Amino acid sequence: MPLLRIPTPLRPYAGGVGEIPVPAGTVAAALDEMVKQHPSLQTHLFDEQGSLRAFVNLFLNEEDVRYLQGVDTELGEHDQLIIIPSIAGGSIQ
Amino acid sequence: MILAIHPDLLAEIHAYGQDAYPEEGAGLLLGRAGDANRRVEAILPLANSREPGARASRYLITARDMLAAEQEAARRGLDILGVFHSHPDHPDRPSDYDRQWALPWFSYIITRVDGGRAVSSRSWRLADDRTQFHPEKLNLSA
Repeated sequence: MPLLRIPTPLRPYAGGVGEIPVPAGTVAAALDEMVKQHPSLQTHLFDEQGSLRAFVNLFLNEEDVRYLQGVDTELGEHDQLIIIPSIAGGSIQ
Repeated sequence: MILAIHPDLLAEIHAYGQDAYPEEGAGLLLGRAGDANRRVEAILPLANSREPGARASRYLITARDMLAAEQEAARRGLDILGVFHSHPDHPDRPSDYDRQWALPWFSYIITRVDGGRAVSSRSWRLADDRTQFHPEKLNLSA
């Protein structure tokens, strides 16, 4: 079953674990499954319109899924999907 | 909420903010995630990857840099506890833009740099509902 790796700051919202096995065939299905298992992740990963927040990046075996087929990218039995946040901010509103 | 940091590490954060001036400088705070009392054990300054014209009021640490930073932290037996960044000629409190991009649980140290001189730093944590930051006491201890 594919594994979804969760970054340190989101682990408190995922029962404290760093990896979740996800019975899912695509990246989108893996995200759905993760939120189903841990609903409090929803606020931090998705905006009010249900889109992934801008800082959320998904890497499949160290390849950014944007350069694959995005959330439609298929997952294999032994794949590892990693959530990597990009960090940003700035002084002006 | 308290974040402990050695005065020498805070001085390094101030020096980095001063060197980056008039642009924003940023990096990561490393420590042990499992510790009951949160303490910065090391800092990891990183490149501001925003385009040059935007760096005076914006910073970006890319996902690729974060991936490498996670591996570096793990190599040192540490975790990423948060982020530091400078606000050139602006207060050491988070902007709404900072809030939109923030992650929960992380400590965010913001340093005000006025005219090239770091004058103050405060630490903040995002509320669970993402609507605001809460101040976090910065405890300077050796």
